Amino acid sequence: MKRIALLGMPNTGKSTLFNRMTGGAARVGNWPGITVELLSGKILLGDDMVEIIDLPGIYDLHGFSDDEQVVRHFLHDNVPDLALVIVNTTQIERQMSLLLQLKQLDINLVVILNMADEAKKFGISVDVAKMSALLEMPIFLLSAKYGSGYPEALQAITKALRYPTPGMAEQLRSQLEQDEHIETEMARVLKHTVQVPARLSDNLTEKLDSVILHPWLGLPIFFAVMYLLFQGIFIFGQPIQGGIAELFTWLRETALVPLLGGLPQAVQGLLLDGIYNGVATVAAFVPIIVLFFLFMAMVEDSGYLSRAAFLMDALMARLGLDGRGFVMLLMGFGCNVPALMGTRVMRSRAMRLLTMLVIPLSLCSARLQVFIFFTAALFSPKAAPVVLFSLYMFSFGAAILTALLFKGRFKNNEPFVLELPPYRFPTARQMVLRGWLEVRHFLRRATKFIVAGVVMVWLLTHLPLSAVPASADTLAGMIGGALHPLFSPIGINEQLTIALIFGFIAKEIVIGALAVIYSLSGDALGSAIGQQLDWVQAYSFMLFTLLYTPCLATVATLQSESKQLKFTALSLVWSLGLAWLVSFAFYQGARALGY
Amino acid sequence: MSATTLAELHPGDIATIVSIHAEEALHLRLLALGFRTGKQIELIRKASFSGPLQVRIGTTDVMLRRSEAAKIEVRKA
Repeated sequence: MKRIALLGMPNTGKSTLFNRMTGGAARVGNWPGITVELLSGKILLGDDMVEIIDLPGIYDLHGFSDDEQVVRHFLHDNVPDLALVIVNTTQIERQMSLLLQLKQLDINLVVILNMADEAKKFGISVDVAKMSALLEMPIFLLSAKYGSGYPEALQAITKALRYPTPGMAEQLRSQLEQDEHIETEMARVLKHTVQVPARLSDNLTEKLDSVILHPWLGLPIFFAVMYLLFQGIFIFGQPIQGGIAELFTWLRETALVPLLGGLPQAVQGLLLDGIYNGVATVAAFVPIIVLFFLFMAMVEDSGYLSRAAFLMDALMARLGLDGRGFVMLLMGFGCNVPALMGTRVMRSRAMRLLTMLVIPLSLCSARLQVFIFFTAALFSPKAAPVVLFSLYMFSFGAAILTALLFKGRFKNNEPFVLELPPYRFPTARQMVLRGWLEVRHFLRRATKFIVAGVVMVWLLTHLPLSAVPASADTLAGMIGGALHPLFSPIGINEQLTIALIFGFIAKEIVIGALAVIYSLSGDALGSAIGQQLDWVQAYSFMLFTLLYTPCLATVATLQSESKQLKFTALSLVWSLGLAWLVSFAFYQGARALGY
Repeated sequence: MSATTLAELHPGDIATIVSIHAEEALHLRLLALGFRTGKQIELIRKASFSGPLQVRIGTTDVMLRRSEAAKIEVRKA
């Protein structure tokens, strides 16, 4: 099958064109020579199926950033039959350098001058026929966003594919480091073909920036935007999540329970409480992920994300992170899973890993449920908000501490020089496509892992079959007992230890697990726990719950995004260790003070 | 006509790039974004708390940290 590689600088609308070409039927895959996964899709061009690969955006074919190396290695080990070079027409003056670098590789090229709509608005005019003649390659003006010029370009691509690629120079990284040749060639072509007005008339972006990036107003506006996003995701997401949960329960009660009624109790339990609940756990994340990426696509495509980076960089730079990391960290307070997936906007791997190490410490909405239950059971209504607030502070503190401690290990070597693209209206099509792709990615990557985890915990809490489920006689109970010397110094008893084992799956089920363990529910459970524990023990338990592994879905996402078992293990060990140390310091400290 | 660095400009200042004293990775990135000797550059704004700078070069708006801007020598117009 013939291969087309999409190449271009960042902010050229490369991914938009990719989505238009593949119609969202893309998959993520591995390629020889590189360690990151790339999106690719197969489409019918003329009479043949052709594979299109979306390469990361690069500034320079000879650059040193992670992405630039990926592209270089990809081209070296997988010579494409055609390279489709996407150029942002509004920035053609400087983007042509990449085009000329690619030309020297002697591969089949078709050039797309994208964002024709914006260039027109700016008053930039390009003599395409002349440029085509000067550069000796087919060039097309196009708007990937609105689709104008698309059919003609597609035709040219089909035609170009008929010719074999002249081959590819082995000395890919040779000559032209800083060469004069490209400079002069660029000036020559531009002089004859492009007209740019002396000053760009883009008042809208400038006016918006003067408010959004205002020295005093900028940050309050940023936090207001974040708050709205956050609220938006949960106002829309929670009812849908609730609906899905109800649907799964209904299906279980009306169809599965009667259907499986004939099977032995243990098999029934494994199928329903193990596998089926695992699937339901996965499904519960779907609406949140879709909504998160609908909103993220909006923030990213509009150009606001780079503004957020501008506003927050002063603080984040000291933590070894950047402003975009802060946006993801905040989103993690809703749900860690999509926030981890969202770190893909960061192109430096080291910084991305550091951000991914920090995100699981954000107090997500599932943990909040546990804390609300415990504060209601053990603290007066007046003290409860203070307790909750202090937990949020611990969460921020743990995130800052983690970033400071690990920023040396995940050192970011890429220069922090970002473009601030003009504000653009994202199209609904782009947003929906993004949400859909991300959910598919999550389902594909995380389902097996999560279902296996849920089944494992079910087995732990139900074996041996003779024991009362989740009691001290089960495997989980035995583990709880064995861990007792570890947990008693932090004030967590054996019942709560078993609940923590459940909490490894998802924090949403901690309260449910406690109900099973104590054979009580609702207010009765609350008052039983209230009588058994004092506030120091309860707070220690909450601190531990806050900091240790958030949930299986987060672990699965850490693994699927980092693709590095060592990193996932580091995250697990660090959060468990930190949880224990913080709880220990708090519990022993409070006891020493006489509480 | 005084020589200074990009980091020391004030919002609204327009200057000409005299030279770029950056390590290779940064240098290449700056070149790709259109930073070249002799080019005009305008400082649009500075973020608060010693945050990054927003500059305009040609048709592109770019943000960079002050430490990186200090490596770009400019002459004020």
